[in-house]
Amino acid sequence: MSTTKNTYTFSRRNFLRTSAIAGGGIMIGFNLFTACKPNVKPSVDIENLNFNDFNAFIKIADNGYVTIYSPNPEIGQGVKTSMPMIIAEELDVEWDKVHVVQASLDTKSYKRQLAGGSQSIRLGWDALRQTGATAKQMLVNAAAVKWGVDAATCKASQGVIINENGDKLGYGDVVKEAASLEIPENATLKKPSEFSIIGTNAINVDLDEIVTGKPLFGLDYKEEGMLYASVLRPPAFGQILESFDASEAKKVQGVIDVITIGDKVRSFLDKGKSNWTFKLSGTDKVVVVAENTWAAIKGKKAIQAKWKSNKELENTEYQNDVLNKILDGNKFDIRREDGNVKKAFAQADKVIERTYHSPFLPHNCLEPMNFYANVTDEKVHLAGPVQTPEYAAIVVADMLERDINEIQVDMTRMGGGFGRRLYGDFVYEAAEISDKLKKPVKVISTREDDMTTGIYRPAIKYRIAASIKDGKITGYHLKEAAINDNMYGLIPHFFPAGCIPNFKVSTQNYKSDVTTGAWRAPYTNFLGYAEQSFFDELAEELRKDPVQLRLELLQYVKGTTDERIQYSGERMENTIKLAAEKGNWGNAKEGVYQGFSAYYSHNTHVAEVAEVELKDGLPVVTKVVAAVDCGIVVNPTGAINQVQGGVLDGIGHAMYGDFSFEGGKPINKNFDTYRLIRINETPKVEVHFIQNELSPSGLGEPGLPPAAGAVANAIHKAIGKRLYHQPFEKYLNSEKIEG
Amino acid sequence: MPTYTLKINKKSVNVTADADTPLLWVLRDELNMVGTKFGCGISQCGACTVHADGTAIRSCQLQVSMAQDIEITTIEGLSEKGDHPLQQAWKEVDVPQCGYCQAGQIMTAASFLKDNPNPTEQEIREAMHGNLCRCASYNRIEKAVAIAAEKMS
Repeated sequence: MSTTKNTYTFSRRNFLRTSAIAGGGIMIGFNLFTACKPNVKPSVDIENLNFNDFNAFIKIADNGYVTIYSPNPEIGQGVKTSMPMIIAEELDVEWDKVHVVQASLDTKSYKRQLAGGSQSIRLGWDALRQTGATAKQMLVNAAAVKWGVDAATCKASQGVIINENGDKLGYGDVVKEAASLEIPENATLKKPSEFSIIGTNAINVDLDEIVTGKPLFGLDYKEEGMLYASVLRPPAFGQILESFDASEAKKVQGVIDVITIGDKVRSFLDKGKSNWTFKLSGTDKVVVVAENTWAAIKGKKAIQAKWKSNKELENTEYQNDVLNKILDGNKFDIRREDGNVKKAFAQADKVIERTYHSPFLPHNCLEPMNFYANVTDEKVHLAGPVQTPEYAAIVVADMLERDINEIQVDMTRMGGGFGRRLYGDFVYEAAEISDKLKKPVKVISTREDDMTTGIYRPAIKYRIAASIKDGKITGYHLKEAAINDNMYGLIPHFFPAGCIPNFKVSTQNYKSDVTTGAWRAPYTNFLGYAEQSFFDELAEELRKDPVQLRLELLQYVKGTTDERIQYSGERMENTIKLAAEKGNWGNAKEGVYQGFSAYYSHNTHVAEVAEVELKDGLPVVTKVVAAVDCGIVVNPTGAINQVQGGVLDGIGHAMYGDFSFEGGKPINKNFDTYRLIRINETPKVEVHFIQNELSPSGLGEPGLPPAAGAVANAIHKAIGKRLYHQPFEKYLNSEKIEG
Repeated sequence: MPTYTLKINKKSVNVTADADTPLLWVLRDELNMVGTKFGCGISQCGACTVHADGTAIRSCQLQVSMAQDIEITTIEGLSEKGDHPLQQAWKEVDVPQCGYCQAGQIMTAASFLKDNPNPTEQEIREAMHGNLCRCASYNRIEKAVAIAAEKMS
């Protein structure tokens, strides 16, 4: 036994959130102040949140089993599995001894408990590793103290610490001592080559519960004495409540009360407290409170309400007209400008200009919006599915004029997010209702509520023009006309920015009464299609292979000193080459037509080859091959699932998503009149990852933006028709094409 | 409100509910069996799929007053230990993303495989097309149904 005096002392001075837990074991909290300082700003504005420090809780039982609290909301993007994997890797435990628990909102212990922008993994990476590595170091130090040896002579692996004499201690044997040690700075991280969990397939941690129907989701959440509330909102955007008659509703069996809400929202807005998650207008709403969901739904149908508006309500034709006028006009914000586009266009051999049109889109999370609130004198308890729990707490505290410390937010698993649950309107409604009733209540939405009172992907039009001179693209001008807002600040610096000497991005919007917001891969979900479809036309014009054209363009951006450029020319090039290779680009079988697309978004580079075949004279997408560079792939099975889902989501909405308004009212109200892609319409999606050791970026969104472009380009090859409008299906069905 | 006797997962249960209450809401609100999900309420999404005498139906369309004398099976009763070949296959393939639709998918598949134990790929795609998956985990659903069919044969 070594006699080296160890330098670690058991002290309470650095005690941090250490507590004995029922059933044995101990919980350690790590307060890591400098763990994560991302050197690149995230690619969307909503992500510009504080993320300087980060905590995670690890609970180690006496028997060595480990509980890891997953800090971020789980919306189907897989972070409840992948974030704990990163901690477990550095902690160095066996993954099958890890139990994952969803953490509640705890702004003192965690930072950026938010699901959005595909940023959880990218921004969590360093801090999660530090958390695991620090805990491991503390466990090693504790064992060293116990043995009376230098910690540097001890090693830990798979939950067991071993010293030079071959003595062994399990993590569970020293966890109590470890928790009271000084927290070491800069614990050593593993090299990627030493990873044994990261890079292996870990199935969804909630899989057992999902396939057996256990309560997991917000709609499954129940508390004793909980009532159900259904909210009647204005049927048209731009309307407010004039009057209502609840006498029939009150006759419905199970209906307890009919109330109105709106005061708290108005006073909140009057105080100027609004933030980006707050999309509620100040209208009164009628709320039916009932003993059960069915009574609440029935009661709401029985309300006779009158609505009014003091201006003309919007139709889709009007919205299209306004957007077209914006594109035809000359009032734009210049978002990026390189060289002199005007001059390039004037000197060109040819200028090609195309306009791309997209409709509004509802999110249609399969779990309709819902939230639980229980407002009492002591505290405000909120529970349910929301992507922005921290904002939920802040807004509710302000709305109800409560101390933020009185707000408790518990997160349930979410039946989809897609951006819809970034906005906490349903949380704020639940809080106001419970505040008024002083009873626990769950706000529930029907599909019709969700689809017709949504926060939609705004309708957008892009007009893209390019100049060609001596067989080269000399100028490029992208104009965006959108509803309510324009593309996020960094998007003008995505591919192909930096590839074309004279380059300009101009944007403008008009303010509509229709509420709009982020929808999976905001802006790029349609911009990716428009630009990648346009490039196919440019390649045709230049008589170049579409892959070759992109690779040539990327040569200009490689090694760029322009710090605004968000993507890497080298990584994009490698991704494009991998997609072309794996997708057998240019070597399609007889009767198979290929289309290519490549796009960078959310810090991830993606390229896709789509294959289309003609069936009964109509083009059918049969296969998509995607190549992805997201750095290290934390959980391959989850990563593949995300990319497959993103690709199919992109194709599904481009093919079928159609949503319009008449007199301010959505025409499409449920899945009988709004078409989502179904299993018999889906191609096989093959996913390949670039192998490297770069820090990981997210995958919830980036698979989506290139998908529709690849499909549109393949359809053009199959039938010779360019598609400028989404949904494609509407424009393809107009005439049957003979194959 | 009237009381109804239902046979759910081989157990007889009494529930008090308005006659027109869909079975879906009786299961979820009255019986705390929340594995059966609400997605659309008009039988378009399949999230609420249960078995009625072994056949997949939409529980949002079956009123409680009409549900007596029917053997109802929900996801909670599909297998005793959560080890139905479909549940196993779902885990092998790691199907879900958000997971919300999956109980309904499994219930549709279970009924389908009983009638057609050796389905072709196209038959699986046709049989499952009534169930929406908003995350589009469709490639994996297709694969898992095929694997379960193999396990059962």
